[in-house]
Order: sequence, then structure tokens, then C-alpha cells
Amino acid sequence: MSAAPTLDPGTHEPPDYQQVQSSAEFDELRRAHRSFAFPLTAAFIVWYLVYVVLSSYAGGFMATKVVGHLNVAFVLGLAQFVTTFLIAWWYSRHAARRLDPRAEAIKSRLEAGA
Amino acid sequence: MSPYQQLSAVPLAAGGAGEHRPLIIALFAVFVAATLGLTVWAGRQTKGAEDFYAGGRQFSGFQNGLAISGDYMSAASFLGIAGAIALFGYDGFLYSIGFLVAWLVALLLVAEPLRNSGRFTMGDVLAYRMRQRPVRTAAGTSTIVVSIFYLLAQMAGAGALVTLLLGITSEAGKVAVVVLVGIVMILYVTIGGMKGTTWVQMIKAVLLIAGTLLITFLVALKFHFNISSLLGAAAENSRKGAAFLEPGLKYGATATSKIDFISLGLALVLGTAGLPHILIRFYTVPTAKAARKSVNWAIGIIGVFYLMTIALGFGAAALIKPADIEKPGNTAAPQLAEVIGGGAGSTGGAVLLALISAVAFATILAVVAGLTLASSSSFAHDIYVNVLRKGEATEKEEVGAARWATVGIGAVAVVLGVFARGLNVAGLVALAFAVAASANLPTLLYSLFWKRFTTQGALWSIYGGLASSVLLVLFSPVVSGKETSMFPGAHFAVFPLENPGLISIPLGFLLGWLGSLLSKEEPDAQKYAELEVRSLTGTGAH
Repeated sequence: MSAAPTLDPGTHEPPDYQQVQSSAEFDELRRAHRSFAFPLTAAFIVWYLVYVVLSSYAGGFMATKVVGHLNVAFVLGLAQFVTTFLIAWWYSRHAARRLDPRAEAIKSRLEAGA
Repeated sequence: MSPYQQLSAVPLAAGGAGEHRPLIIALFAVFVAATLGLTVWAGRQTKGAEDFYAGGRQFSGFQNGLAISGDYMSAASFLGIAGAIALFGYDGFLYSIGFLVAWLVALLLVAEPLRNSGRFTMGDVLAYRMRQRPVRTAAGTSTIVVSIFYLLAQMAGAGALVTLLLGITSEAGKVAVVVLVGIVMILYVTIGGMKGTTWVQMIKAVLLIAGTLLITFLVALKFHFNISSLLGAAAENSRKGAAFLEPGLKYGATATSKIDFISLGLALVLGTAGLPHILIRFYTVPTAKAARKSVNWAIGIIGVFYLMTIALGFGAAALIKPADIEKPGNTAAPQLAEVIGGGAGSTGGAVLLALISAVAFATILAVVAGLTLASSSSFAHDIYVNVLRKGEATEKEEVGAARWATVGIGAVAVVLGVFARGLNVAGLVALAFAVAASANLPTLLYSLFWKRFTTQGALWSIYGGLASSVLLVLFSPVVSGKETSMFPGAHFAVFPLENPGLISIPLGFLLGWLGSLLSKEEPDAQKYAELEVRSLTGTGAH
């Protein structure tokens, strides 16, 4: 079966959540969230820790001048700001396109039935 | 002319501060009067539990984003980071990056599912699929511990701040300020509940951003909008040269301090999404989408603010004689305001100094109000209603309990703040982040995303993360053994790191996993299905 179950209109039974949870439709929603959010979280945490570790143990490299008084340490620090803004934007775009419509469909079906 | 020669004799704390006192106090009084008025207005609309805990869930994503920023940017980040940059250059800047990146954890993993599945507290989500009473007790305990550590740092900071900004040096004066802060915060929260607190935080965020923008603009103007020449001037004036712009001045001294910094970084980046006073803000908006939008606004506002700390910190380093910046640097931002406004004795300098000082006080008030609300909500909703009364209290009794809890926790914070005023408690904010990352975040993530998680796992991760982080700090140089310790005379620092995160965060995750595997009880599959479906779809959200 491919869609989340619909409950009979007019009944006030709570939805059968286990049945919804094992539906293909919900599985797609869960996968769309996890396959995006989990690896990305791991990636930005690693990127941040790499930056911290470089600051602690690669002083010479970080001190390399790039432009004027701006050195690699500053450029990487500013890059952390940029990647944070970009990831927030990227996730929000992903959520609006891939998560919200799916979540909305399941929700409205369940609430119409409940 | 070297810039600091003309400004060399401006020790803020001593004589110079006295003459600005009336202006600072007047500005601050206006802030307190205006916000209390607003609180009374908000209080008139605060009737049920949903109003008191969640501000009626009617704030927009933008409003909540502002309030989150107001709740998050504490005096530690405003005065502390600017000061750390002024003294240690690049290493101070390093600090602020962890505070920002951390918001991505909240955005990607926590904010939306929390909004969808909880009602008022972090405990709502943690206890959802578990046995209510033990897990609510644990969640309430860790909420209150994290908030009290954070609160204590802010209260003690308030005492230190008036000394520096108003030149009040008498012990009675400092006690009076801590008590005053306590009374105002109790009034905000008991009268205005979440709605009043949210407005206070929004106003404070606007003031803080406006004040910081103004100083940043003036600094930028002075250096012709050239960041390289600002950095160059800072390096030269600091007398440390290029090293000022490189990693290592603060954290690079020894092998231990390097590891300590990694430990701190881990706690900062993983702590934010486990801070109860941040988490309860996600309940103030109507939907998960609005919660997402509020985190996005918060990331934008907080990010821009931390970028401006570069101008504040390096501006102070470039324009103020290093010896005039008192350690640990908390006065650097107000000092810079005075200098950039025209220097001591000038009207511009006096006005800007007063403005920034009043903003700093406003900052403390908004943050302590948020912390007090988080702990009293958790006490009333998790512990009083769901543990002591087994869920059998009326809404009126619940809100009453929350108001009394506010008074109680406020009183505790005042008493602790008075006792702690002579101690070096700056490390407590970092500790609050470490506890949140070790006890709350693992439990939250397992609850939301791992189907085999059990009650025993939840208890192990909360209590294990909480106990290990607190104990490691107790036996660390934060508490004893060093000149900068809370008790410099005592020597029981057997744990070398000041930040416990490197050990306690993995331990919290490990214990949650192990506790679940070793659990005799089967996980509640029905309840997990309910939580998972609700948290991802928003079905049945409050």
C-alpha cells in the first residue's frame, strides 16, 4: 500500500499512528528529512571542528597572509559565517520543496479523518 | 599621532564613570519603565496556561526570531566577546563562531519536531514516549540546573557591570543592583508571562542591534571601511603585532589549553539546541514552519551581530591603550563607545557610553527573564503538575504554580547572585552550554529519531550527562587551584580541562544508547509512532 490510511469521516478515534508510520508516504517524508539533515549536520560539525583544530594546531598555516592584514584564520572564520547562512537557506529551500508538501498531505488527511 | 595618546587617561571604572552616572541611570530607568508598562499590558491578555507558557502561540516567525536573538545574546556575548577580542584578538573572535554555527543543529534537527510534538516545555518531548514521572523529573532537574548556572552568571555579571559602568564600588551597592535585577525580572515573568517576556526580548534585541550598528558604523568610518587597516591598527596598538591576528594568544599557551578549546567548541556548537530557555521559544509561534522561519531570522540577526563584534573588539583594540582595558575585558565595548563618540568629556562620548551601558543592562534583564521563565515553566508543568499532582491539576492551579515558582527561582537566583558576586563566575555560561549538550541534546535527539530509545536510556543520558559535566567542572580549574578560579585558595582540581564537554558530551550519548540496550523494558512502539508522525507532520499540534 502506498498512501497513508484515511480514517472514516465522522469518527473521533485517534489515527492509527503505527499504520501511518509504516506507510510508504510517511517513509518518503522521513527519508527526505533524514537523508538531508543528518549528513549535512555531520558535515557542518566536522567543518567547524576542523576549523577549531586548525586554529589550535596549525598556527603557521592560519597565519598566512591573504590580503593586507587578512590571514587564512580570518578568511576561514568568515567562511564559517558564510556557510552557516548558506546551509540555513539551503535547508529551508529543501524543507519548503520536499518536506512541507508531504507533511501537509499526511496531516490534512489525518485531521480530516479524525 | 598614535590614536591612544589622546585617549590615554580614561579609566572607565574610576573617576570618569561618575559623571555619566545620571544619564546611564536615566536611560536605564526609561527602559525599565517602558518594559514594565508593556508587561502589564501583556499580563492583561495572559489568562490560561497557553498564554503564560507560550504567549498564546501567536507570535510571527520574525517576532520570535528577534526574541530568540534577544534571549540568546547575553551580556557575556555582547561585552564578553568584544572584550575577549580587544584583549586576545583572533582567539576572542573564535568564540563567537561556535555560538552561531550551533543554530544549525536547532534548525535542522530540533526546532520543528519540538514545536510539532510538545506543548510547553522540553520535558513534554522527552517524556512523550516514556514513563512520565521519572523522565519529567529528570527533564525538570536538568532544565533548572542549566538555567540556574546561566542565571547565576548573569546575576553576578550584573553586579560586576554596575561597578564598572557606574563606578559603584560599595558592597551594599552591588547587592542592591542584584536585588533590583531580581525584582524586575520576577515582575516581568509573573505579570507578563511568556508574552511580556517576549516583548522585552524583542525590544532589547532591537536596542542591542541598533547600538552595535551605530558603533560599528563609526568604527568603520574611522578606518575608511577598510577591514584590513582596522586589523592592522589593532595589531599595532595591541603591541602584539601580527600575533594579535593569529590563533593562540588565549588558547594556544599549552597542550592542555588547546584541548580545552576543542572541548569548549564542542559544547558551544552542541549546547544551544539543548538550552531550555531557547527551546521553549519555539512554542510561541503557531506552526513548525513559523518555528523554522524564526530560527532563520535568529541566525541572520545573531550572525550579523557577531560579525559586528569584529568591529567592536578590534576597534577597541585599535583605539584604546591596552593597559586601560581592564581584564577580562568587559568594559572594552562601553570604552570604545566613549572614544568613538568623541572621547572622554565630549557630549558625544558621554551619550554613546550611556547608551551602550543602558543596552548592556537591558541585555541582562531580558536574558534573566527568559531563564527564569524556562525554569519556572518546567517546575510547574513537568514537576508540579505531572509528577506531584500526577496530571490532575486545573489550568488555574498550574499557572498559579508557575507564578509562585517564578518568585521562588527568582529569589534563589538573587541569593546565589549576592553570594557569588565576589567569585569569578564567567565560566558558568560555558558550563551551562556543556550541561545542555551533555544531558539535554542526546536525550532530545534519541527521543525524536531513535525508535529503540527507552525510559532507562533517557534517565541515563540526562542524569549521566548532567552529573558528569557538573562533577568534572567541580574538580576543574574553574572551581579551584588557579588565580582565576572561583576559589583560588583551594586545591582540588584533579581534572585539567576547564570545559567538560569533550568527555561529558560523548558520555551522555553513550549512556543513552547503553541504557536503552540494557533496558528490560521494551520501547513503546505505539507511542513512538505517534511521536514520529506528529513531529514530522504537525498532526494534532497544539
